[in-house]
Amino acid sequence: MNTITHIIGSWSVGVAITLIVVAMILAFIRLVVGPSLPDRIVALDLITYLAVAFMGVFAVLSGHSAFLDVAIVVALLGFLATVAFARYVERSHARTSISEDRDD
Amino acid sequence: MIDLLGDQPVVDVLTGLLLLAGAAFTFIAGLGVLRLPDIMIRMHASTKAGTLGTGLILLAVAVSYGTLSEASRAIAAIIFLLITAPVAAHMIGRAAYRSGVPLWDRTVVDEFRDRRPLPAPTGDDSGVSLPAGSEHPAEVRTPAPKPPS
Repeated sequence: MNTITHIIGSWSVGVAITLIVVAMILAFIRLVVGPSLPDRIVALDLITYLAVAFMGVFAVLSGHSAFLDVAIVVALLGFLATVAFARYVERSHARTSISEDRDD
Repeated sequence: MIDLLGDQPVVDVLTGLLLLAGAAFTFIAGLGVLRLPDIMIRMHASTKAGTLGTGLILLAVAVSYGTLSEASRAIAAIIFLLITAPVAAHMIGRAAYRSGVPLWDRTVVDEFRDRRPLPAPTGDDSGVSLPAGSEHPAEVRTPAPKPPS
């Protein structure tokens, strides 16, 4: 009687992991070929979200709720890394612009 | 100790559907980041679909465990993602726009087109992309030795 729900549960977990891994591969391709630095930052941001999603699926699959804590910590680290990269891009561009003005 | 699969059919089917929906949205996010033409459109795919997909998967975790501790942690993670994702996306977008990343050819509205640096081969050009306060002193300081014409 329980075989159908069992099949649906295990099948959906496998399909979800496959889709997340394929999306992570696509984001890695964008990370490699991205023409500018903000493109790569967007790809890294998406990879962080995909890692959080993967840990959620793995918490369902394995039954250990400690992966939920790992997902929260990875989300926090991803946010901090994205903000740091964005501030780095903005400030480095402003600094080069000011130095070019002084050269002129 | 937690029998996730088989004991409660409604919880299992609901968990499976939420997992499939979330994984589909994250796959769409990855596909959009790879295939879309412009950084703003790529951020549209990345932030919206990534946040919704991750939120649905964490909601599936909350439904799957069903206890108060894990459900509250999953919902706290969802709220954290919903708060921080627009902030991060806004900062990336502003940094990309100010540093002169070229937009798509068929972009319709670019309201700061005149104040934006052109997509030079070196990636940046003169200081027209500075913030609004520091733009005019740079223009005043440069022609100061010359007599005004």
